[in-house]
Amino acid sequence: MLKLLKRLWVIMKSPSTASFGFILVIGFLGGIIFWGGFNTGMEATNTEAFCSGCHAPIVKEIRETIHYSNRSGVRAICSDCHVPHNWTDKIVRKVQASKELVAFAMGTINTEEKFQARRAHLANREWQRMKENDSQECRNCHQFDYMDFSEQGPRSVKQHSTALASGEKTCVDCHKGIAHQLPNMQGIEGW
Amino acid sequence: MNKLLTVIISVGVIILTSLPVLSADTDLTSNTGGLESLRGQVEVSTINSSEVMKRVPRDQHLIDRNYVQQPPLIPHTIRGYQVNLNANKCLSCHSFKNAGTMGATKISVTHYQTREGTTLSDVSPRRYFCLQCHVTQADAKPLVENTFTPVDSLR
Repeated sequence: MLKLLKRLWVIMKSPSTASFGFILVIGFLGGIIFWGGFNTGMEATNTEAFCSGCHAPIVKEIRETIHYSNRSGVRAICSDCHVPHNWTDKIVRKVQASKELVAFAMGTINTEEKFQARRAHLANREWQRMKENDSQECRNCHQFDYMDFSEQGPRSVKQHSTALASGEKTCVDCHKGIAHQLPNMQGIEGW
Repeated sequence: MNKLLTVIISVGVIILTSLPVLSADTDLTSNTGGLESLRGQVEVSTINSSEVMKRVPRDQHLIDRNYVQQPPLIPHTIRGYQVNLNANKCLSCHSFKNAGTMGATKISVTHYQTREGTTLSDVSPRRYFCLQCHVTQADAKPLVENTFTPVDSLR
């Protein structure tokens, strides 16, 4: 075994007889295939169908909300809100999500009862995440700078022009349960 | 000969493609099952077409009450507001605790009372489901005309 490794090391260390151009082309093509494959694979885990594989009942909850059915036909899918768009942040979140695979294997929320019991915990974790990144995933579409207060209702203007404008509050502080059913809200600030 | 064949085939195609459309149509319009009711052999939809869906205005001014015991109407949209065992979106603005900061109308103290008249420390379960009494208003004409006028004190 050690001999084999040593031989491999020698092969890897010694210069190849292949032409420089050939090595470059191979490296270039390999790069495209690996990088492209990696990114495509990661994008595949961002589709609604992939999420539904385990979270089907939760994915369904969005259907009656404004982010699924609305007058203009624009809609958000799971990853638009739950996965950061920025590449490095996305990788960090995806690595964190590998922990959730363990929970899936252990069947932490594989029944309705188990899920309901854990729902508040899960929701709180997601709210906390969004609070920490200043609701970045909301702001990917809803940018404060382009909000026209004259187009908003007086109730919205009152909150957006004060608490949101000053940065005292972030989107998710008020907009909870906009795409899902709420967990037990007892003890949550503002409820 | 060739022309005749083309004509026959095209006529056939037209008939075949229009058949499902026609049969679906007849299925939709005469669903009476061959029975005749008091209104004859017609569908409800033909003699009683449905109204256009009304839209609830996003925000409107407070709506006056028409009679003393009327539950105040909701002057804004409530789409997606969850009122269930887990959460009550209405109370996140209209509860005694939140009404001040949110600038909303407080629920009345009667909402804390049980039917025996005991005042509880929080909203009484029988008053928890706001939409049982309080409803939104669309800009719609009354279906039936009436001559009701509020009492003097409400005018």
